[in-house]
Amino acid sequence: MRELQEDPAPGSSSAPRRRGRAIVVTSGKGGVGKTTTTANLGTALALTGAAVALIDADVGLRNLDIVLGLEARVRNHVLDVLEGRVTLDDALVTDKRVPTLRLLAAAQTREKDDVDTEAMRALVDSLRDRFDYVLIDCPAGIEKGFTNAIGGADEAIIVCTPEVAAVRDADRVVGLLGNRTSIKLIVNRLRPDLVRRGKMLSVDDVNAILRLPLLGVIADEPGVIISTNKGEPLVLDDASATGAAYRAIAGRIAGTDTSTPEIPLPPTLFQKLGSFFGGRR
Amino acid sequence: MIEFFRKLFAPEQSGATARERLRLVLLSDHLSLAPDVVESLRADLIAVISKYVEVDEANCDVSFEQQDRAVAVLANIPILAMRSRTPPSSPPGAPPASPPHSPDPPPSMGDPIGAAYAVADGGESGGSAAVAPPPSPAPRKRRRRRRASGNPAPAPG
Repeated sequence: MRELQEDPAPGSSSAPRRRGRAIVVTSGKGGVGKTTTTANLGTALALTGAAVALIDADVGLRNLDIVLGLEARVRNHVLDVLEGRVTLDDALVTDKRVPTLRLLAAAQTREKDDVDTEAMRALVDSLRDRFDYVLIDCPAGIEKGFTNAIGGADEAIIVCTPEVAAVRDADRVVGLLGNRTSIKLIVNRLRPDLVRRGKMLSVDDVNAILRLPLLGVIADEPGVIISTNKGEPLVLDDASATGAAYRAIAGRIAGTDTSTPEIPLPPTLFQKLGSFFGGRR
Repeated sequence: MIEFFRKLFAPEQSGATARERLRLVLLSDHLSLAPDVVESLRADLIAVISKYVEVDEANCDVSFEQQDRAVAVLANIPILAMRSRTPPSSPPGAPPASPPHSPDPPPSMGDPIGAAYAVADGGESGGSAAVAPPPSPAPRKRRRRRRASGNPAPAPG
């Protein structure tokens, strides 16, 4: 856990206009790790002191609050704001571990069609005046929920796993995103051991199709599941290699890290023995 | 145990299978996502075929279809009548001159006897697709012709 300097007043209406970046995290296919990615990148960016707002655009299937461990503190949601029942400040949940991080949760008992695309776009636009980063967790699919989520974003991060179906859907989504200023790629759930044995698509295989700037590669590892069980994003764990990979991606997004993304290597025998004798729970 | 050694010495490369399936499925996706390409291909195909035979333009159908191992251009172009055997420089719209030797009786109007078919099994190359009418007037019969086999087959007859 890290000590953080308190941001002056992230998200408060008195803050000066920031014109932050609105980035949608999307994939087309479900279950590839959009929400985990959004939670970790948002937390990692906020750890650097930036003011970050996370929007769960998956109305009807609210998950981002769970992954962040903030579910008990959500009182109002994005539709409460869009329909004028509460103010934005009433709906933004502050992460106590990372005080510059705010969450705007999705409505669990409503449907994606209930969201007005233009109102959503205006909401993202107003958040950009108050935060350095607005990350939007896009629902799976390419229907109304997708349209709502991408409307206000001028950048996109594609999360793709090394699977045929995920790459196909990602390819479709890249086509639908059109001429957004920036579309970048995160390859998630790579199994380096399988890639080495020719049993999994490699990062190069995936990007030979998608041809996007590579932000980073996240290996498939049990720590992700454990962190989701606990509601503690891996970037908060200094010992986690995956957490470090997410922090490096956050650095590339911010422009502070210009290194080429590392492709994870298969675990060494020593590492395998280590996890055998004393794995995390 | 035998299974173990079999896997040890001849590991299945399912990654390669995934690559190949991905290539094919995306080729198919991209073709079906580009209706303007299909439309201009349709127009060009009809124009070329019209040099030789009179086709039923209203009932032409050109589409892309994924087969087991390849993506194919399917063209179903009903032929109304044969044109004369004059060189194909004659304008397509010109009425067909009477043939020098009596041909087979023309098929009934609108009967789809022509089905051209080409397989595009190379995603990169954008060369011309092999298109050949079937040798016999078999309605809706589709013939497979690998592009790798070379030039378009000579016209039958």
